[in-house]
Amino acid sequence: MNEKQWSPRIVAFFCNWCTYTAADLAGVSRLKYAPNVRVIRVMCSGRIDPQFVMDAFAHGADGVLIGGCHPFDCHYVEGNYKCLRRFKMLKRMLQELGFEDGRLRLEWISAAEGEKVKRVINEMTEEITKLGPLGLPEKFKDWDKEIDALEHEVNNSLNTSKQSEAAYEH
Amino acid sequence: MSTKPKVAFYWCASCGGCEETVVDLAEDILGLVEAVDIVMWPVAMDFKRQDIEAMADGSIVASFINGAIRTDEQLEMARLLRKKSQIVIAYGACAVSGGIPALANLKKKKEILDFVYNGSPSSDGSGSRPACQFDENGKKLSLPRFWDVVRSLDQVIEVDYYVPGCPPTPKVTKEAVKVLLEGKLPERGSVLAPDVALCSECPRQSTKPVDLKITKFVRIVDKKDDGSCFLAQGILCMGPGTRSGCGAQCITGNMPCTGCFGPTSRVKDHGAKIMSSICSNIAATEDTEVEKVVQGVADPLGSFYRYGMSKCLLKARIDVRESKND
Repeated sequence: MNEKQWSPRIVAFFCNWCTYTAADLAGVSRLKYAPNVRVIRVMCSGRIDPQFVMDAFAHGADGVLIGGCHPFDCHYVEGNYKCLRRFKMLKRMLQELGFEDGRLRLEWISAAEGEKVKRVINEMTEEITKLGPLGLPEKFKDWDKEIDALEHEVNNSLNTSKQSEAAYEH
Repeated sequence: MSTKPKVAFYWCASCGGCEETVVDLAEDILGLVEAVDIVMWPVAMDFKRQDIEAMADGSIVASFINGAIRTDEQLEMARLLRKKSQIVIAYGACAVSGGIPALANLKKKKEILDFVYNGSPSSDGSGSRPACQFDENGKKLSLPRFWDVVRSLDQVIEVDYYVPGCPPTPKVTKEAVKVLLEGKLPERGSVLAPDVALCSECPRQSTKPVDLKITKFVRIVDKKDDGSCFLAQGILCMGPGTRSGCGAQCITGNMPCTGCFGPTSRVKDHGAKIMSSICSNIAATEDTEVEKVVQGVADPLGSFYRYGMSKCLLKARIDVRESKND
């Protein structure tokens, strides 16, 4: 990967009722923010399975941003609480897996807070630029080199054992 | 020459518990031995690699391979058995999803070797390390190399069927063998166990409230079991996200499920899903209170990925392969 050209790829899961609407508002208000975020609209932050977040990282995201309604404001009453509880545990798990804290962020952004969308995205882009690429797909490839390297050795050793077998028969 | 179908058992990074299950078939093992020819079973029989190598490709009907893959030797044997077998079965949690050995993916190889050879109470601290090559009087000896990452069987060879469990119970083992011998093979890639969560066969199911409202996580040693649903008591139980088929043996023994049967077919990442399920049932709604409850789980990865770290979407700690030297 060319380090000079690299800029963060952030996957954002925004809830339909608040944060996604806020992002729309930021758009129609012509607010400028970093182009590093790929927004995925979900019906509720409570719909965001930790598997989605992990899959995003595994497929090359450098950061994941979750946006939901403020407490007491969830369209489905308690989806944002479910999101918060999962987020807290996921955060601990990612930490144990060696992820820097800034790579996963949760923000409550109401439909009226277009300005906050802009601020959060800019902040996060800046922070992850500082952290550098996560590059999990490349890491996975690198890890699997130990299998490829062995391919050669295994073939060699199978040949050697065939030779020793031949010697045994004589 | 015998015309009975040939079957092989092999072990990789495992504890021997899976072999124990085969023995636990008790008198049924006699029926098995009558129906098949066991051509390899390192724990019980004296067949060697050369014997397998001498067989024609595809001449073994089924190989039951247990254990995770962490060394050259394990890969070599898995490849050899794959070549000689029509069907390969990942037998037991380690072969299916990495099992307990895969928790080593949370440590670098160097950290593990440093602890085992230097840091552990029983080590003499002399700094010795295993040598993979050794020359003695012109003879070369080699030991298998230890990898950076622990893998499940299907991450190194093609696997046809999965039998989960730590270890698989005699019952699921018998059913798997029966399916094979009768030739009633399910779709390739199937897990040979029921596809519903353990709660469905849990003896404590009637005491599981609709809303668990977990106010605090407690360790089983710190709580007097009142006989109701473990999660309702705040004790981590992987039942809601774990495949059934074990007969709820742990629950019957008053222990919560630790998740050894892995996820059902609809789940990609067992640990993430069960974490999601359990944590969404925390009662607290306020940030610091939620944090307090979440801190009550002493070891999140070890609890949610006890048997499935190899199959975690993130596979291992991100810096697991920084150590290039042995």
